[in-house]
Amino acid sequence: MSSENFEASAGGADSSVAEFDIRQKSALDRMQHFLHGNPAMVPVIILVLSVAVFGVIAGDRFFSMFNLSLIMQQVAIVGILACAQTLIILTAGIDLSVAAIMVLSSVIMGHLSVTHGLPTFLAILIGIAVAMGCGFMNGMFVTRFKLPPFIVTLGTWQVFLAVTYLYTGSQSIRSQDIDNSAPLLKFFGERIFVGGAVITTGVILMVVLFAVFWYVLNRTAWGRHVYAVGDDKDAAELAGIQSDKVLVSVYVVAGFICGLGAWASIGRVGSVSPTSFFEGNLDSITAVVIGGTSLFGGRGAILGALFGALIVGVFSSGIKLAGADPQWELFAIGWLIIVAVALDQWIRRVSA
Amino acid sequence: MRTLLMSSIAAVTVMGAGQAMADAHSIEACLITKTDINPFFVKMREGATAKAEELGMSLSTYAGKVDGDHETQVQAIETCIASGAKGILITASDTKAIVPAVKQAQDAGLLVIALDTPLEPIDSADATFATDNFKAGELIGAWAAATLGADAADAKIGMLDLAESQPSVGVLRDQGFLTGFGIDVKDPSRWGDEDDPRIIGNEVTAGNEEGGRRAMENLLSKDPGINVVYTINEPAAAGAYETLKAFGRESDVLIVSVDGGCPGVQNIADGVIGATSQQYPLLMASLGVEAIKQWAEDGSKPANTPGLDFFNTGVNLVTDQPAAGVESISVAEGLDRCWG
Repeated sequence: MSSENFEASAGGADSSVAEFDIRQKSALDRMQHFLHGNPAMVPVIILVLSVAVFGVIAGDRFFSMFNLSLIMQQVAIVGILACAQTLIILTAGIDLSVAAIMVLSSVIMGHLSVTHGLPTFLAILIGIAVAMGCGFMNGMFVTRFKLPPFIVTLGTWQVFLAVTYLYTGSQSIRSQDIDNSAPLLKFFGERIFVGGAVITTGVILMVVLFAVFWYVLNRTAWGRHVYAVGDDKDAAELAGIQSDKVLVSVYVVAGFICGLGAWASIGRVGSVSPTSFFEGNLDSITAVVIGGTSLFGGRGAILGALFGALIVGVFSSGIKLAGADPQWELFAIGWLIIVAVALDQWIRRVSA
Repeated sequence: MRTLLMSSIAAVTVMGAGQAMADAHSIEACLITKTDINPFFVKMREGATAKAEELGMSLSTYAGKVDGDHETQVQAIETCIASGAKGILITASDTKAIVPAVKQAQDAGLLVIALDTPLEPIDSADATFATDNFKAGELIGAWAAATLGADAADAKIGMLDLAESQPSVGVLRDQGFLTGFGIDVKDPSRWGDEDDPRIIGNEVTAGNEEGGRRAMENLLSKDPGINVVYTINEPAAAGAYETLKAFGRESDVLIVSVDGGCPGVQNIADGVIGATSQQYPLLMASLGVEAIKQWAEDGSKPANTPGLDFFNTGVNLVTDQPAAGVESISVAEGLDRCWG
């Protein structure tokens, strides 16, 4: 055997240099990566798809500017509640009392201005202050007494509802009485005509709130602290964040948003109605979850909640206009929640 | 341990007090309502309390947390039996499931009267004091048809119902309205199975303003030409009116409703609602309290209204635009007799 041929036996072996295993990326993998980088895109894609699908099934009655703007009006109040709910959920909490705070605040606004004749503007300020006080109460129970937010707000939800019913005797204040003595209460019911679309000032309030809180959460120290506390409270504290103060402030701000929602709800409903929005708390959580915000805290984009609320509105309108039984709406929204969370889990498992 | 001790002492004290009252021959009665948040039940409780005071009876009141809270009502019945009450007035949340608990009370010698909502079967209660909800619907249906006159033949009707689960009160009013209007209702135990082209659609409202507004929006999206709207109650009607105002249709659509609460009757005067069927919860409650007294004294049970399987506490059509052939009372009289 000649010495020049000593490597001939290795000729059949793999001669490539040691390297990482790179598979060809499938379209699905690329999708997973893209969504991981842009979490708010999931609800946007679902929204666009659902509008397209219902546009085909339900036809022009659904796919008109008028109906699409009507959906905006229908989701405005739940959207505003979902804005407040997002703040709480980002801190790994949950707030079952948002709608109860809103209804309590709205009956206070109504009774102070219509029944007791206070200047409407003052009544609105007091109503918002009460809502912030309710939020403060939630925040104190969560931080001082270290109670889980679910339990605290399960309790205060019922307490606020009871106070509302006791205060009003469950009676509504009529639309006509509000027109006569406190028309400012209906400010957020004013309609604006843009082409074939009709939007209300309440819809504008919702959009502005989301824009403001998008900025606050992404571009201010307070906003980053909210994410930090929600992601890892201990780490946030080690980094010098006073997490209890941040938590209390989040609940107060959520209360403030509910107070604005109360004002907007009077414009939407027309009357001051203690029995309306009974399931507003669950509707707001649905919007946030479909919008892709993680219930474990610290992850999610606030605009997701806006799209989440719109998706629910589109399903609700589309299913009705397609002529299906209303039960199918519950059925579809229920599955949507589960699919949204499953999708979120899948995106989180993204691998390099 | 300490709280247990305290509550035991409290319980003994209460039992002692109950004993003392029984010694004074005060007849005890219980009132169990679906909730205590609906003005209808608030009024019913006020009526029962006033009557009990007048007759020198003692009345305990209980309510479910929300409409449909069956468990709390069963507990309330058990508490009433244990307290030695002579009778129970109940508006049942679950009209079928409550029957065994009612039977238990009857076996213990209590008179059980269903108020407002009949049990299933209706004779499970010793008596039922209720509004004839079918009749209430029929009155507003007949009024709407008479008011439209010849136009009734091509009316476009929107139906604003209570809930998807189709509770009996909602079905009776809905089917009564359609019958009064002259529409074939097919199966009278369900709404929504009619095929008359004049019906544009059924939407649910949960019986509040927000639900009424949303439901009316959805119906108008289906067909903007709707000109007659049936509503399950007056808050839903107020919500529907807000939508009609937003669509600029408030002056050419006829809204009819059922209940006769004071804000609802006021809304007739203000042109929001065309006509409403007024019912009388105070009367149901006070008649019920009287019946329990009678039962405690001589063991006699109240009789039904002839031709019906319950005692009809009456219903009146309230409107400021009387229609030929439909009996009605004025808004002034309606306001005089309204509740809530």
